[in-house]
Amino acid sequence: MHLVTYLHFLHATEETLSAGYRTVSDGHFADGDVHWTTARFARQCTAHARALTPVLDRCAPAEEPAPERLHAQGVTSARNGPAGLLRDLQDLYQLTNLVDITWTLIRQAASAARDRDLIHLTQQYGEETTAQLDWLRMRMKAAAPQTLIVAT
Amino acid sequence: MSSERVVDIWGPRTPFTSGTSWPRRVDQYLADGVTEADVEEWVRGACLLCSNGCGLEVAVKDGQMVGVRGRAEDRVNHGRLGPKGLYGWQGQQHDRLTTPLIREGGRLVETDWETAMAAVVERSRSLLETKGPLSHAFYTSGQLMVEEYYTLCVIGKAGIGTPHMDGNTRLCTATAASAFQESFGSDGQPGSYTDVDSCDALFLFGHNVAETQSVLWTRMLDRLDAADPPRLVCVDPRRTKVAERATVHLPVRNGTNLALMNALVHELIARGWVNEDYVRAHTVGFDALDRLTRDATPEWAAEICGVPARDIRAAAEIFGTGERVVSTCSMGFYQSHQATAASCQVNNLHLLRGMLGRPGAGILQMNGQPSAENNREAGCGPALPGFRNWDNPDHVRELADLWNVDPLVIPHWSAPTDANAILRFAEQGSIGFLWIAGTNPAVSQTDLARTRRILSGDQCFVVVSDGYRTETTELADVVLPAALWAEKTGTFTNVDRTVHLQEKAVEPPGQARGDQAIWTDYARRMGFADKDGHPLPAWDTPEQAFEAWKAASAGRPCDYSGLTYRKLHDVGGVQWPCTRDAPDGTERLFTDGVFNTADERCETYGHHLATGAPVGETAYRARRVDGRAILKTAAYDHPYEVPDETYPLRLTTGRTVYHWHTRTKTKRSRQLNEAAPAMWVEVSQPDAQRLGIAEGDVVRVTSRRGSIEAPARISHVREGVVFAPWHYGDPETAANELTLNGWDPVSKQPELKVAAVSVTRIRPGDGPAPAPTTTASAPVRPFADTGRE
Repeated sequence: MHLVTYLHFLHATEETLSAGYRTVSDGHFADGDVHWTTARFARQCTAHARALTPVLDRCAPAEEPAPERLHAQGVTSARNGPAGLLRDLQDLYQLTNLVDITWTLIRQAASAARDRDLIHLTQQYGEETTAQLDWLRMRMKAAAPQTLIVAT
Repeated sequence: MSSERVVDIWGPRTPFTSGTSWPRRVDQYLADGVTEADVEEWVRGACLLCSNGCGLEVAVKDGQMVGVRGRAEDRVNHGRLGPKGLYGWQGQQHDRLTTPLIREGGRLVETDWETAMAAVVERSRSLLETKGPLSHAFYTSGQLMVEEYYTLCVIGKAGIGTPHMDGNTRLCTATAASAFQESFGSDGQPGSYTDVDSCDALFLFGHNVAETQSVLWTRMLDRLDAADPPRLVCVDPRRTKVAERATVHLPVRNGTNLALMNALVHELIARGWVNEDYVRAHTVGFDALDRLTRDATPEWAAEICGVPARDIRAAAEIFGTGERVVSTCSMGFYQSHQATAASCQVNNLHLLRGMLGRPGAGILQMNGQPSAENNREAGCGPALPGFRNWDNPDHVRELADLWNVDPLVIPHWSAPTDANAILRFAEQGSIGFLWIAGTNPAVSQTDLARTRRILSGDQCFVVVSDGYRTETTELADVVLPAALWAEKTGTFTNVDRTVHLQEKAVEPPGQARGDQAIWTDYARRMGFADKDGHPLPAWDTPEQAFEAWKAASAGRPCDYSGLTYRKLHDVGGVQWPCTRDAPDGTERLFTDGVFNTADERCETYGHHLATGAPVGETAYRARRVDGRAILKTAAYDHPYEVPDETYPLRLTTGRTVYHWHTRTKTKRSRQLNEAAPAMWVEVSQPDAQRLGIAEGDVVRVTSRRGSIEAPARISHVREGVVFAPWHYGDPETAANELTLNGWDPVSKQPELKVAAVSVTRIRPGDGPAPAPTTTASAPVRPFADTGRE
């Protein structure tokens, strides 16, 4: 079974995403909504990872080897300018989608394994991840016309 | 009565009991040496110095304003006027802008209209040709007339086709609009001022009404002094005049409103103070609201807010057991990081108890400015005209038909751009043409050092229309002299949907022109036209603009179609919707429990209150809200900045009764200026003691953005909190040098109520701080006890 691997994967990806949100928050200070919202999302991701820790502690070590290239690249530096912001948000969008679908996949597995605690956890934190995605979509859609048509 | 109402701010009491009519009391002020016999004409209108909109008449002699008196028959004020209304008009007679100015060699020099407008049009045309409509933005006011807003709306949205139009209403009432949209499906005040006349409990959430709408407080005082006073609950970190009269005062830490509100809702549900029939028939979302507030106990909130749990319980009990409750909500809630969620919880309290749509049971989400409502409804701010939904193609098509333009010209791919984003685009230069009218962002915006940099840079051409030279005009490329109140004819709408007509009483000074005339001139020079080549806008005079606006509003919640200039002249204030079926206006909305949430009627499909992300049309339709109100909230989150070792105190900003905004008018009125002549900051007694500060000492207040110096008033502000009035514009003293660049995710209203600051004593002062002693700024101890004169 690969559930343990996937729980570790989700834990690591939440931490990667948290760091990415923090990088974008620091790098786009002048865009006030981006700065404060991504700082908040970074805290959420850290909390998600922390909530997974006791679950991982209960698990036996993974029995199967992890698939190749398991882990995703993070967002390690912020880009400059309006187009740079848009591209940074797209990076976050991609990574958040990965986290979002991973919560969904683990919920599927938790349901099949009849693990009520894990089902509850995936519902609670999966919702916050979906809300992050909704925000990213809105923010990128709002920025796109100005960035793609007028910005230098 | 030369200046007595500066001291006696609310005037003599005329108590009245529940269900009776507020007695009339006519307030009048004539300039020194003028008697009633000298007055040649009394011209009808309403006061434009706060959102209350008191009906009045302007006294005219020899073509000059010489005084004002309240209109006894007007529904808003029954004859009364506040200090700003009585004395403020005199400020229009000094230091006015009388000619256009243009920047030459780095300096503003006088010029003529032809030269100024040619410069404006040349820059506008060349940018439209090279960069297109998104290079243009308009940042307007909450103090213009509906005719002016609607004219500019058509120029911007149909002539140019830019989404970048907002008002300074973003700083004052954006959250009121958002909270209404989220709860009730559209903007529009449910309640009426007459609800104050018969309520048995009054809740004032972040609303220092005694200073910001002094005549409304007079109405409340007259109830409080009668034999059957309503119980009063006040949420405010300062000991305001409202707090002094409160049954329960909750001086919460600024930035913690939502924790308190979630606890109040928790208590209503936990104690069974819920009108289950009403909730079942007229709302959706109860289960989610219950879930999100289940852990929000008074003890939990008490810890966060810094008020006793028993006081939170006591407030909840007053709400839960009252039969007729009125709530007002204002800047203390709106200018905050979770503004919309906290304000929606005010709506939720009323929905849970079925406490709206009947006499004495109402909600008043306040406006800050006199015509903020018109900016919201006429399409210069956060919405399409008539509270239309930008995400609904049918609504956009209605406008396209009305204006005879291609629907694609009207920007509707996302919400209208908010002022924060407009300034950011101007900073980056993608907005290269910014027209500011009737507002002074170089004092009122957050983080002023940055705002000045944006407005003074070469990357954006800035046009400013104003009645005076201001901190903002000094940064502009072209300055246009504008006519002010009573120098032009037009209508505007107050907090409780009361529409007034202000008739022109005197000529504007020098070459000053009304804003509608200025914008129409611009439109004609630019050659804006509809599909058939007819000029846009298709009107010239204020009354023609009003008729066009009536057509745009017809059938929408803010329906003006039954109003005429003649009716407004005869009657005074009339509340919209005013239609053929309701020719006298409409006192309360939602009396039948049917809200504007039907898919085809709603102004928005709503947002997630925690993030501001849209719910989306599909999810909204799937919910089948269909005329029911929506209960929603979010979990509490701490403010953007929290105190730390370097910046251990919480700054909050606000107003004093004697001044309006950045004092352009009120500092030029002798009585008002003398009452509050210069900047001060307020600290609590324990903080002053700890920091070695005595009354009047000059202190430095520092945040991560900047620092200011001002004399300290030791007042009854909450310990750990520093209060600064934001009226005073000097970079050495302006409160907004300190505020941060962040806003509520739904309403996009800037956070002006929390910034982490430090305070240090610089030197002794010359005496007590120049702060009023008659208001929330009163000193803790009489000056005699401080050893200072």
